[in-house]
Amino acid sequence: MTDTSVSLSTRSSDVPAKPVRRRRGQGQAGRRFLTGALGVVLLGALWELYKLLGPSEGVVVGGMTLLPRTTDLAMPHLWTMFARVFEPVTGAANAIPMWLAVLQASLFTLGIAAVGWLVGVSVGLALALIMQRFRLAESAMLPWIILSQTVPLIAIAPLVRRWGAQIEIGAFSWENWMSVALIASYLAFFPVSVGALRGLNSPDANHVDLMRCYSVGWWKTLWRLRLPASVGYLLPSLRLAAASAVIGAVVAEVSIGLRGGIGRLIIEYAGSAGGDPGKPWAPIFGSILVGLVAAGFVALIGLLLRRFRRGEVAA
Amino acid sequence: MSAPAPVGTDASRTEATFAVEVSRVSRVFAGRKGASVTALDDVSLTVEPGEFVSLIGPSGCGKSTLMRLIADLDTPTSGDIRVFGTSARQARLNQKYGIAFQQAGLLPWRTVTGNIELPLELHGAGKAARKNRARELIELVGLSEFAAHYPDQLSGGMQQRVAIARALAESPSLLLMDEPFGALDEMTRERMQNELVRICGETRAAVVFVTHSIPEAVFLSDRVVVMSPRPGRIRDLLSVKLGATGERGENLREDEAFFHAVSQVRELLHGEAPNAVRGVDSR
Repeated sequence: MTDTSVSLSTRSSDVPAKPVRRRRGQGQAGRRFLTGALGVVLLGALWELYKLLGPSEGVVVGGMTLLPRTTDLAMPHLWTMFARVFEPVTGAANAIPMWLAVLQASLFTLGIAAVGWLVGVSVGLALALIMQRFRLAESAMLPWIILSQTVPLIAIAPLVRRWGAQIEIGAFSWENWMSVALIASYLAFFPVSVGALRGLNSPDANHVDLMRCYSVGWWKTLWRLRLPASVGYLLPSLRLAAASAVIGAVVAEVSIGLRGGIGRLIIEYAGSAGGDPGKPWAPIFGSILVGLVAAGFVALIGLLLRRFRRGEVAA
Repeated sequence: MSAPAPVGTDASRTEATFAVEVSRVSRVFAGRKGASVTALDDVSLTVEPGEFVSLIGPSGCGKSTLMRLIADLDTPTSGDIRVFGTSARQARLNQKYGIAFQQAGLLPWRTVTGNIELPLELHGAGKAARKNRARELIELVGLSEFAAHYPDQLSGGMQQRVAIARALAESPSLLLMDEPFGALDEMTRERMQNELVRICGETRAAVVFVTHSIPEAVFLSDRVVVMSPRPGRIRDLLSVKLGATGERGENLREDEAFFHAVSQVRELLHGEAPNAVRGVDSR
């Protein structure tokens, strides 16, 4: 009897229902990259096409400009923008090349955004854990967390700066970059707290029952079940948080008046648009670069955690 | 069950001889606006060590509720449940039972081996011991080639086998199964039943098996508990025991006694007057 049932178990109808899923092949990854690049090229082509065909004074209906002007000042050629990146920042003899200035500013902003992201993610995760653990905490805190995002950034930046200036503990004194990082984290914590809470609550009742049958406590359930199950929800939140941290850092640099970052550079160079139309675009490319690096970093985290994303539809 | 009960009374000594003893248990779910649902009403039942007992009945008869009460996933409104002489809660804390649900409930980020090792890992078994036990169980359920596969690479039947292996991981003397084959197709289902009979023969565990399939209950069980809904009650108990556990095979399904038992259970399920058939085979 034993023999027959063992052999039965390997009968044909018992082969895996789904074919063994392979990880995305090299060719497919290449194609995705190409499609992405094509999108960027298409955008550039559209820019140049409109510049070529559009009226130089734009399309104005009843005093309202519906389509922008196409003069070299309003819409510089793409090659003007790119060429400008490789020229010195100013006409001064000791001026560094534009790309270097932008790169330095980008790294500066990236560093601040990273600190803001880390703080925001930690706070967001902590809030999510507390809300998961205590139902009361969820109903008490969640509305405030959502409300927190309706406060305009411009309003809190000077406040944060002023409060920060009063902090001085021993050798530690609050600096302006910390205010910027704090504001970045203020934007970053939100998607993490909401996403992580959903993720922590995502395991089936079945799984939760199973953990109860094993009579393991909340912490072990958290570590073995809730945290792994939340990865699929957490990763998009982390990506959102990264984007928010970068935007928060750039905007806060402007509102707080911190020098050295990409936000300041955007304001500074915008002033020279009149005589040097390619110049304001350099820091804009820089901020895109910062965003790409941030997104790439989160993608790397996703790659490390891919074991926990099985069954999730490839996103 | 040689473990002696510490208390000297006769009652506690007899309790210890049962795998499960359900005495006069009711479970009332409080509904909204004072409306309440009586899922179980004054239910008593005993399961001997090593005995295979099926709970069968239409939806809403409280069979799953009863199993959840035995597993201490829920507490009775009144009455008492003892598992191997201890309270249901203590039995859960002592890991006296293994459990399998209708959904296999495997963790998708763990391989077959990892899933089977989960209870061992949670209770602090050593790495080598875990590995050996998992290998044994994978062999027992006939999935040796799939040890390193992830659940999403397995068919429904294979996933359910992993779930059964996981339930057996800590060699429990009681298995609780809530419609474990409910989501499988008929062919896979019969094969799984054959295997479960074999596995139970090898492990000598008592089983409480919830199902709504009559042939399944008859084929697997030593005793079938027929339940009726609203309120959930035990309508009748039927001894079937068609051959020793572990020696029942495909040909049993063609047996005269099998058909007889199936129609008996069917009559009990549909019969309006359960007392009419009392004394035939019930106890």
